[in-house]
Amino acid sequence: MEEAAVKSYEQINERIAAGKAVVLTAEEVSDYVEKKGLENAVSEIDVVTTATFGPMCSSGCFLNFGHTTPKIRMTEAWIDDVSAYAGIAAVDLYLGATQIQRGDPANLYFPGEFRYGGGHVIERLVAGRELELLARSYATDDYPAREVRGKFSIRDLNQAVMVNPRNCYQNYNVAINCSEKTIYTYLGVLKPKMRNLAYCSAGQLSPLLNDPFYETIGIGTSIWLAGARGHVYAEGTQHGSLAERDANGVPMEGAGTLALTADMKKMRAEYVRGVSLKGYGVSLALGVGVPIPIINSQVLRRTTVRDREITAPVIDYSYDYPEKTGRIITRLSYEEMKSGKAMVEGNSVETCSVSSYAKAREIAEILKSEIVSGDFLLSKPTDSLPREKKVSPLKVTPDVRR
Amino acid sequence: MERRKLLLSFEKEAAEKAIVCELVRRFDLGINIFRAKITPEERGYMVLDVTGESDALRSGMAFLRSQNVEVDTSAKGVCWNESLCTHCTSCVNHCPTRALHVSDRGEMRMSFDSNECVECLACIKVCPFGACSSMF
Repeated sequence: MEEAAVKSYEQINERIAAGKAVVLTAEEVSDYVEKKGLENAVSEIDVVTTATFGPMCSSGCFLNFGHTTPKIRMTEAWIDDVSAYAGIAAVDLYLGATQIQRGDPANLYFPGEFRYGGGHVIERLVAGRELELLARSYATDDYPAREVRGKFSIRDLNQAVMVNPRNCYQNYNVAINCSEKTIYTYLGVLKPKMRNLAYCSAGQLSPLLNDPFYETIGIGTSIWLAGARGHVYAEGTQHGSLAERDANGVPMEGAGTLALTADMKKMRAEYVRGVSLKGYGVSLALGVGVPIPIINSQVLRRTTVRDREITAPVIDYSYDYPEKTGRIITRLSYEEMKSGKAMVEGNSVETCSVSSYAKAREIAEILKSEIVSGDFLLSKPTDSLPREKKVSPLKVTPDVRR
Repeated sequence: MERRKLLLSFEKEAAEKAIVCELVRRFDLGINIFRAKITPEERGYMVLDVTGESDALRSGMAFLRSQNVEVDTSAKGVCWNESLCTHCTSCVNHCPTRALHVSDRGEMRMSFDSNECVECLACIKVCPFGACSSMF
């Protein structure tokens, strides 16, 4: 798998800094390499940009509020009535994307609407809007205040750092509904009797589908996170690189994930969007761009992967997904799903996506222009992502169902 | 024959009149009501598709205005806010008339054809980003 580098990270960065780097998006590179041939193209191309924009539930942020007079040691806190975790330090909170608002009836009147939650608070923070903080404390000698309530914006915070334990799933399930009634899932509303299906990946533009063996994307890789320069800080949670792969090594199911972080004060609100999923809950959609340095021809070859060569498993979210039966109805290519219709068990099924390919294209172009103009230098990973890791289930049986 | 999508809004006095019935009887117009919200003591709204001869349509609309009914032909009962839309395409399977559709499968960008919209409001329920809204 390893191949001698034809270009080092340092050489690529020198070319970027000199304004001479040749950068293509993961969509453009496929035709370019087909036309020029791999060996010619590898000496020309310095960077391929990849991107994705979609709901990424495992996201959130650390916020530092600074101290009030008198001081408070927050033990419980809400931002716009959305609970934030206060068990960190006196005025540090962690706000998660999927936290629903206090008073939201959730699925009491099924299906719930989930209009506002953690993801929406994060969107408003990045947009510079005013939010309301309510924090409570049991009070101590050194932190005597019992309560603080007031308006603030991101400008008032010392730090607002997005820390997302799991983003950028390498590939993902395609959800379908084989039951007799409509179901409400994190992949959207699914009609009964397989009348539609939903996928969630940028396919040929998606970062880890362009670097299936994590040869360039690793811990320490510089990324574009919603307009800010961020980093991969660890393998993502549920990183399962020991997934089933096709002949080219492209995973045919979820597989690898990335843990990402960046400064929210430098983000652009259009790429940080609160998500309301009817009957399911709230989340956060994020734009991520990841540059792939073309250090050798194999790395380049893997970035030429096309939608027709990437498949995803179609799974019944009314039964097989919740019950973990492992049954896969069929596999579909992203090319077929992006056409609007796909064949499942002899039926033509309407398709839709939860991930935005249009936004992913935009992001890949933005990152490309930032690299071309010398504003975005690449970083060499300090550690590789694990290549042989399995995801284990929790061996406890729940005893209550909806 | 001509077909027009109209948004009618009227004060409570007009809500008590059999306006649609008059359009059919007096102007020989074909009516397909998409939705209406008419409650006593409140401003009322109705979105309907009207089909008929051009002259009859014009006369019918003049009659509506004479009854203090505001007639809007800009089909804005349901709005798609492009700046809020992320082009995820979550809505496309739920729009029965393809008013919301992927206009370019290469770029995967969404478009909204308001004249095709029958205001079923399905998009408002399924859009994760609140890009679709109803004026009533």
